[in-house]
Amino acid sequence: MSAGIDLENVCCDFGTFRAVDNANVSIKPGEFFSFLGPSGCGKTTILRMVSGFIEPTQGTIRIGGNDMKGQRPNQRPTALIFQNLALFALMPIWENISFGLEVRGVDKATRRRKAEELLKLVDLPGAADKMVSQLSGGQKQRVAIARALAVEPQVMLLDEPLSALDLKLRQHMRAELRAIQKRTGVTFIYITHDQGEALAMSDRVGVMSQGRIQQIADPREIYNNPVNGFVASFVGENNIFTGEVQQAASGMASFATPHGQFRARLGEVTGKAGKLYVRPEHTLLSATAGAENAIPVTVGDVSFEGNFITVHATSDSGATLTSELRNDGSATVPALGAKMFMSFDAARAAILPDANVRG
Amino acid sequence: MQELLRRYGSGLTLIMCLLVAFWLLMLVIVPNITLFEQSFRPYLPVSEIGGPRDVYSANNYLKVFEGQVTSSLFGIEFEIPVRVRTFLLTIWYSMVVAVLCLMLAYPLAYYMAKIVNPKSLPTLILLLFIPLWVSEVLRAFAWWIILAFKGPLNALLLAVGLIEDPIRWTNMGFTGVVIGLIYTYVLFMLFPIYNAIQSLDTNQIEAAEDLGAPWWKIHWRIVIPHAKPGIASGCVMVFMLSAGSLLVPSILGSTTSQWFTQTINETFNDALDWNTASAYAFLLLILCTLFVSVAMWLFRVKLSDIAK
Ligand SMILES: Nc1ncnc2c1ncn2[C@@H]1O[C@H](COP(=O)(O)OP(=O)(O)OP(=O)(O)O)[C@@H](O)[C@H]1O
Ligand SMILES: [Mg+2]
Repeated sequence: MSAGIDLENVCCDFGTFRAVDNANVSIKPGEFFSFLGPSGCGKTTILRMVSGFIEPTQGTIRIGGNDMKGQRPNQRPTALIFQNLALFALMPIWENISFGLEVRGVDKATRRRKAEELLKLVDLPGAADKMVSQLSGGQKQRVAIARALAVEPQVMLLDEPLSALDLKLRQHMRAELRAIQKRTGVTFIYITHDQGEALAMSDRVGVMSQGRIQQIADPREIYNNPVNGFVASFVGENNIFTGEVQQAASGMASFATPHGQFRARLGEVTGKAGKLYVRPEHTLLSATAGAENAIPVTVGDVSFEGNFITVHATSDSGATLTSELRNDGSATVPALGAKMFMSFDAARAAILPDANVRG
Repeated sequence: MQELLRRYGSGLTLIMCLLVAFWLLMLVIVPNITLFEQSFRPYLPVSEIGGPRDVYSANNYLKVFEGQVTSSLFGIEFEIPVRVRTFLLTIWYSMVVAVLCLMLAYPLAYYMAKIVNPKSLPTLILLLFIPLWVSEVLRAFAWWIILAFKGPLNALLLAVGLIEDPIRWTNMGFTGVVIGLIYTYVLFMLFPIYNAIQSLDTNQIEAAEDLGAPWWKIHWRIVIPHAKPGIASGCVMVFMLSAGSLLVPSILGSTTSQWFTQTINETFNDALDWNTASAYAFLLLILCTLFVSVAMWLFRVKLSDIAK
């Protein structure tokens, strides 16, 4: 069983401070949805509103089509995994996992059996009688997941559950979480400030900044077609040029910058203001200038990173630009101090407005 | 110790150690040993002290069994030595005080630790402490006035219509004493529990609620187990302080509410029989300690939990 979640014009105020501003999102049953954004942008606040610990100041939250207004956390079909896990330190693991069943009046033998099953599901058999303090970070993580799954929630809410783990374990747990989600079919709302995590795990991602949802789309769309400068810069690297939109026609525009005239896709820019964003891996370095979008540069720094090569170059006006070349054998590694041209495809560059923030 | 030496030098450290040793030895150990020794010797006229009748025996301790009175419990009448009866009542009502203090302090401690806006907490704590600035004697007398036959409490209850005739609170056996002791010692219950609850991660409470637990289940399974050391040390403190209190039972007690400390005091001051009084005092100490140990064992509380 899984349920969809709808947020309609949801706002949350703390005093005069608006932590979440007019959030609208419709999450499908069984979807793995991530909220991605920097620290303090309101991710936890959204999750706490969905789980029922905070009432929205305005707007409606529906879970499985039912308005959740006035429903306490213990009445909602959600299970929250806390940022710090919040395992019950004084109970053995199996009681932790079966606490939700204990509350529902399930008898002890059934609880124990169910706990063992869930421990198997999260790949932690034999830990039933240990105490929380005897487990490693990753194991605690799994217990928290098992504890949430035990109540058979229709929606799982996860608040940066992997942030405390080291890189290796984090990557392992990503795959694990994703597998558990597929196996159980439960709707997951996942919160993270790690863009890699969000892109790798999610069906769709909602990027947030300062309480506002900036863009909701699948990971590829978020990366390839960011709607504004915030999304573009938060998700991945960019070369950014400031300038002025000049002629616009059929989604393309020419853009005047101190580095010269460029052509690029035109985003939702109002008026002439905007910035041009080009990803480093969408640039080319060549000895001769192409037809359009070429900037003369001096190669400053070349770092070899294995699967790709990062080149930092300085333009004539002194700006530092970055180019990423795939190490597929075809690329020639530019020499230090070489005078070259950095160019990019107009279809791969976009003129975007800044973030969607309160004026 | 080395830390002390390094910080204050040998001279100052020596003085500090000597002062502590003096305090322990002269003010705690020596008086207690003296009384302990005296408690095994008979009460004799000065001329006979050191004489042939001055021998060690447990007679003073056995005096608690002298003087039978008739008592009744659950409608059954039985004979019981008067001081044993006093002792049992003291233990019983000290327990009542501890339990009532717990019932009062736990919700307040939880409120202070988890619900109240942290900004107003200092004000709240100040308000709780203000009564402590007044001397214990005055506070007991204040209750004596409040509980008086024509006092404010009766006036209030009459005005609200809860009672039809004024009640003689201080003449109702132990009622006045229990009220006074609760008032005097409730903070000794409040703060250990507050400290314990405060150290509980609020997310654990929320996690329990999120998993569907009703409020009483959250308290029973999460908060109380976590606060157990605080509850235990609060109960031990309130129980011991109540059982050892002399002032409150003297002021707020009635003719029918003899506290064991009053018996000790009468033996010391009125009968001037220090030997027997010491014996009683040690009995109180030992039996209370024993009682607390048994209670701690029953509730599976370790001494190290309390010391935290
Ligand atoms: N109880 C509260 N009272 C007042 N302000 C709050 C409260 N809770 C959160 N805020 C504010 O709301 C904003 C959003 O907080 P939130 O916890 O949702 O951020 P977050 O996106 O989860 O950040 P992080 O990644 O650091 O966890 C922050 O600026 C925070 O200061
Ligand atoms: Mg957060």
